[in-house]
Amino acid sequence: MAVVVKECAYALVHVPNFVRYGSKPIRDISVSGGHGGDLEKKIYAHVRSFEEAVAYPPNQVFVGNLHPDALHDIPQPWYEHQVKDARKDGPFGEILAEDQFYGWMKAADDFDLVWLAPEFIGRIRDRVASHPLISEADLSKLGSGVAIGKIIDKINDDAALPLFFDGEVVGCLRRDHDADDTLKAHVLMENLLTKASGALVMRHLFKRAGIEPGDVDFILSCSEDAVGDRYNRGGGSLSKAIGEMCRCVNASGHDIKAFCAAPIHAIVDAAAQVEAGVYDRVVVIGGGCLAKIGMKYSGHLKNNMPVLEDMLGCIAFLITKDDGASPVIRLDSVGKHNIGAGSNQQDIMTSLIVKPLDRLGLRMIDIDKYATEMHNPEITLPAGSGNTPLTNYKIMAALASIRKEIDRSAVDDFVRQRGMPGFSPTQGHIPAAVPFLGHAALDMKAGRIKNTMFVAKGSLFLGRMSQLSDGLSFLLEANPNIRK
Amino acid sequence: MFKGKKVIIIGERDGVPGPAIARCMMAAGAEVAFMTTECFV
Amino acid sequence: MESQSQIKKLVDERGKDDLVVVLGASDIEGAEIAAETLTVGDPSFAGPLAGVSLGLPIYHILEPEVKAEIPEDVYEESAGIVSMIVDTDEVAQKFKAIRENLA
Repeated sequence: MAVVVKECAYALVHVPNFVRYGSKPIRDISVSGGHGGDLEKKIYAHVRSFEEAVAYPPNQVFVGNLHPDALHDIPQPWYEHQVKDARKDGPFGEILAEDQFYGWMKAADDFDLVWLAPEFIGRIRDRVASHPLISEADLSKLGSGVAIGKIIDKINDDAALPLFFDGEVVGCLRRDHDADDTLKAHVLMENLLTKASGALVMRHLFKRAGIEPGDVDFILSCSEDAVGDRYNRGGGSLSKAIGEMCRCVNASGHDIKAFCAAPIHAIVDAAAQVEAGVYDRVVVIGGGCLAKIGMKYSGHLKNNMPVLEDMLGCIAFLITKDDGASPVIRLDSVGKHNIGAGSNQQDIMTSLIVKPLDRLGLRMIDIDKYATEMHNPEITLPAGSGNTPLTNYKIMAALASIRKEIDRSAVDDFVRQRGMPGFSPTQGHIPAAVPFLGHAALDMKAGRIKNTMFVAKGSLFLGRMSQLSDGLSFLLEANPNIRK
Repeated sequence: MFKGKKVIIIGERDGVPGPAIARCMMAAGAEVAFMTTECFV
Repeated sequence: MESQSQIKKLVDERGKDDLVVVLGASDIEGAEIAAETLTVGDPSFAGPLAGVSLGLPIYHILEPEVKAEIPEDVYEESAGIVSMIVDTDEVAQKFKAIRENLA
């Protein structure tokens, strides 16, 4: 039996008023004048409008309106070469505006954490209601609001964080314990944004796949979050929380933790569960990561460019038995970075690419496309963080030349032909190769490519428990029925 | 150049990571005073 | 750079004697920013090394001069493939300039 990626969904949420709450900006702002101070003002002078975020070419690629290779033909900086007549809706999902997202946050809020002022609710209610994936039940959770005076008191006296829209305080997000750091307002904000954006993309997935939420058996969240309490920090589950919000009443689930490589781990685990017959339909879900928002703002300000890390990225995949059409996950192709393998680039790439291909009797040049960490270089380069996908593709090409599969002079061709420009928001787990899965599925169904290798790495050492890094890969192939 | 020196190592995951630089430095006769690997993304 | 406070503490505790820094970033501009932070102070003025000059000699693992100090087999295994994709002469030039500025 084969296992397929039956459907993919992708969404972006524009959250300019939450840039101040990214891990880096919130720390820097607190020592540089706080709210209303110089740094916050400087950052907000460089924040994009929703229209600019929608027309930004990499964002159009993420939701499927453009192919990644189309970025080769759009001059950089891409933020100065916006897509004309860009649409917020794409074949894979949508780009959601912040006013509507406040509605999703309230719909995700089961503990009355988010207090919105009645005037603001009045202002957004119709916009939230107009969203095709918002239900009456979601809408009723908007409630009638909390008086702005009470909100201000909560912020001043009880460590709630102000919520902004158009620069004005329109609500707050409160802590739910006065001594538990894992339940303070900022942590709950991070987790709630992941849940709400995860639910958005999961609903897109069901719509695209044409299945009912009740058809799902199991959910694996690969989101970057630490849901839990002080006795089990990070031990909680967003899988079931997101599934509940999407009415997956017949599903259970758990969360996969593997730093940035988590989506690949989750897809391989899901495929193995389906192959083993434990579950028939497994959803892999990744909500957006607030902590990474604005992470490289200082490089962007220095270069007088927009603060481009203003998007929550979210991903969802439906893994099922072979349907005779969707691309197949080759479970015999999984490449893993073993504990004893060594941490240098050659060890990692050999583990993730060369060894599995050798096992399958394939050469590196038998793979039509490689998807690696798809970080948008326009976000990372100004901050001195390099061009991650390009570096990875060059290393792959160097490996191919060491293996005498290509001539050294053909390295650039290898990179151009089998790689692609980075287009994903820098959200850690989100760029982990899988932003290309939707495009790969379309390319395979259309016969443009026959296979893609998905390769992602994770920085385990960041948690200070080991100097190890991690990585995982798998090969996706066009369904044999289509190839015939 | 490195013999008898104490080195502060700042590696990068997508470049040369900390443990790989440490191996080189020890082979060159240095002692590792501090080692970290950064992840720029 | 995330580790600047730990490095500052180390230098404060043990002094600069015999200390050298070796970087491994594949992006040369990124490595230059880190080198600047560790020698003349944090250019973004956001970290613990804002306005603090450590004045430590700084090297990049991909400089040919550094490579020459390391047994060939060890170097090949540790940094060989990255040295293939980076302009190592450019790295050498930039880091030499950083060290000369310091002196």
